[in-house]
Amino acid sequence: MSARSDLLLSIADDELIVGWRDSEWTGIAPTLEEDVAFSSIAQNEIGHARALYELAAAELGTNADALAFDRAPDEYRCAPLVELHLLEWAHTIARRYLYEEADRVRIDALMRSDDPELAGLAAKIDREETYHRMHAEMWAERLRDEPRFRAAVEELWPYALGVLEPELRPELARRVGLEPATAKERGEHTPDLAELWNEMTEVRRSEPGAEW
Amino acid sequence: MVTAEQVWEAFEEIPDPEIPVISLVELGVIRDVTVDGDRVHVAFTPTFLGCPALEVMKRALEEKVSALGGDPDVEVVSDDAWSTDRISAAGHEKLRAAGFAPPAPRAAGPTTLVELRSKAFRCPYCGSTETTLENIFGPTPCRSIRFCESCRQPFEQFKTI
Repeated sequence: MSARSDLLLSIADDELIVGWRDSEWTGIAPTLEEDVAFSSIAQNEIGHARALYELAAAELGTNADALAFDRAPDEYRCAPLVELHLLEWAHTIARRYLYEEADRVRIDALMRSDDPELAGLAAKIDREETYHRMHAEMWAERLRDEPRFRAAVEELWPYALGVLEPELRPELARRVGLEPATAKERGEHTPDLAELWNEMTEVRRSEPGAEW
Repeated sequence: MVTAEQVWEAFEEIPDPEIPVISLVELGVIRDVTVDGDRVHVAFTPTFLGCPALEVMKRALEEKVSALGGDPDVEVVSDDAWSTDRISAAGHEKLRAAGFAPPAPRAAGPTTLVELRSKAFRCPYCGSTETTLENIFGPTPCRSIRFCESCRQPFEQFKTI
């Protein structure tokens, strides 16, 4: 597999899995506004995953659905941050905030890529992400002095670093104002991913080859 | 043989699947139509990448081309060429008349939370700018929810992207 496909799959897997996790708040978020916000954000992230999978699929001779659903859990390249099953609000907001900050650093780098397809898609994704960042910023501002939120941010910080390639990490640390730490690296999955995968692919596995 | 003009005209009849007051041409999502013999190549840009109406729009474009006797080849181009600035002036007016506040023009930089919380957005019902942000997100990815303090009416605001 080319370095390009490898990169595309890492980002697409992050977006698919974080979108899945965000969608877990649909129907049960603490307020109606957040129910709508998390559902909408999830829809956008999964839309980004689809576009990224399509670019990779064109190179790998497959399609977006097959990449999203037909691989085994250990073939996914997502970062541990997005895998965590966090049905607790402080941790959920901490992940949204840290993921958006890390994703911003990554998208900025992709927009400067000399691959026009990748740079163009990154610019499109960036326009949508503007609204996710505002949502995260709004919550981070509101919870800044809450000990539960601070503790969640610190707990998830090594995971957030693992979203990015090492050379992009200092920029993330600068943006969120935290000291560099040992990252929870991409490559080794948490047990939460297998559980998520089981649920996410269940319908598709029930009728292999069906046209939905 | 079908001409590009005929194809554009036919596309003006396709309503946006979620906001049927506006056509796909007014929405600005059709980037290019090229006719080569029977083959009609259409370059089409999604508004939001996760928009569930994407497939419906693509199919509607293919059906219109087929109805004109052409062989459709619809290409979905996912770059940043589409922005809400591509919605035509007629499109803006139709949105407003249907109770959707049209998107504000894109500024040099990305939209900020400070801007969304400002009084720069006009109520589509009474025209007042005494409106507040209720939720950055709304019933579809492309809309936010605002509330008009003057006529006490919540309304949907198109996001600027």
